[in-house]
Amino acid sequence: MTLLAVEKLDCRYGLLQAVRGVSFEVGQGETVALIGANGAGKTTLLRAIAGAHRPHGGRVLMDGADINSMPAHRRVSRGIALVPEGRRLFGGLTVMENLRVAASRRPGRWSVDSVLEVFPMLQPRRRALAANLSGGEQQAVAIGRALMSNPRLLLLDEVSLGLAPVVVDAVYRSLSGIIGEGATVVLVEQDLTRALEVAGRVICLLEGRVVLEGRAASLDRDRVVSAYFGLKRPA
Amino acid sequence: MTILNAILQGIFLGAFYAVLACGLSIMFGVMRIINLAHGDVAVLGAYIVLVIVDRTGVSAFVAFLIALPVMVVLGYALHFSVLERSLRAGILTPLLATFGLSIVIQNLLQLAFSPDVHSLGGSAGAVTTSSWQVTGGLSVSALGVLVLVTAVVVFGALQLLLSNTRLGWMMRATAEDADAAELVGINSRAVYASATALAVVIAALGGLFLGIRSVFDPVSGPTQLIFAFEAVVIGGMGSLWGTLLGGIALGIAQTLGAQIHPQFAVLAGHLLFLAVLVARFGGARVVLRTAR
Repeated sequence: MTLLAVEKLDCRYGLLQAVRGVSFEVGQGETVALIGANGAGKTTLLRAIAGAHRPHGGRVLMDGADINSMPAHRRVSRGIALVPEGRRLFGGLTVMENLRVAASRRPGRWSVDSVLEVFPMLQPRRRALAANLSGGEQQAVAIGRALMSNPRLLLLDEVSLGLAPVVVDAVYRSLSGIIGEGATVVLVEQDLTRALEVAGRVICLLEGRVVLEGRAASLDRDRVVSAYFGLKRPA
Repeated sequence: MTILNAILQGIFLGAFYAVLACGLSIMFGVMRIINLAHGDVAVLGAYIVLVIVDRTGVSAFVAFLIALPVMVVLGYALHFSVLERSLRAGILTPLLATFGLSIVIQNLLQLAFSPDVHSLGGSAGAVTTSSWQVTGGLSVSALGVLVLVTAVVVFGALQLLLSNTRLGWMMRATAEDADAAELVGINSRAVYASATALAVVIAALGGLFLGIRSVFDPVSGPTQLIFAFEAVVIGGMGSLWGTLLGGIALGIAQTLGAQIHPQFAVLAGHLLFLAVLVARFGGARVVLRTAR
């Protein structure tokens, strides 16, 4: 069943066109990785789906319903949650407050307790200000904060950025647990190996366009790499 | 003993300034708006209380309770009609818009109530005149104590709101990063509007105290704004308890200044304000650079 559909989406920053006519669908329970070089439009695409960026053209559909004119906070109650690039925690709020402020009325498995269970490293830091956490802890709070709304669609933007490899491993271990429970996830990841590992399907963007799409298992690495860098540009 | 008395009276006066400054501090803290019409909103609150007192004959305090819902509605109206639109246009526009609003409120009040001076002192009961003589040179007025206690209660309640309630967390989250707040499901428009409503209600409380302590007319607002603004800056912009302490510091400076010469009172407050400005921000040069 299709949960999210993106149709001919165009996103612009003034004259700069960041996303050009992108269309794809994400089914219930799928994990899709968006890959591509810096500036390919991945972050903009996620922000447009979450409602933080108003697209110039095209549509975003959730359960077949057009949500283009819906502000970001209402999309959260529809079940879309974005872990933004750079984490964007509320630094002056404690870990607990960061989580509790994001709690929604949507019923589901996630609460402060269950988030702390999945990210045990946060347990002793509950009363610490988010600004005083380490990078890994901050990323855990950012993911936990998104989970607090019990999303049906989780959007993850570069969760490994700026983290030590060991910490990235820990974050991804927790994530694969969440994905294993049947969550629908769209993630942006710079690390190709990791993206292919976690995702069932891969969409590669180049200069705002989809240049390659396929099952992660069926794609060979060379094809992905050349699409990623635009070595063999489709005519 | 006169110095001690001056400091005590300064604390009472400062508590009044702190109540006036509280709403200004909330709006600056949450929305980064400096509401230049804040003093006029306080005076408008005083006039609304005056109208209720005149029509019904109740005491000023009861009239204030009746006026509360009116002020809440006014707060939301102010936000959605003026502040929200001007916020979208950058940081300078709210300053200009509220400056214009200040003039509009003053002139509407002139039209409706004439430039005559009014007071709520007569309708506030015994609290305006009672006092306790502690020792020979030290007297504590009931009104001073009432204002101080109210100020502490207001700031304490705000502290509880901000640290223990969901609305408080939403306000702090939106103040830090409105974009990220939207992404976790917070309706930032609604949060901003409730912050404005809260600020307007507390401004009206300041207006009530202004009317009981002394007199007001349609153009009393800007003077109140200056004292409130100074209290906010002395206390560290947007910090809650800092605003209370800033107000009290301003009050003490004024009453101590009055000990030297009655005309020196307001000037002493301004000098403290300038001294804090220079000390905190490293002189006028830095202030000018950051303002640009």
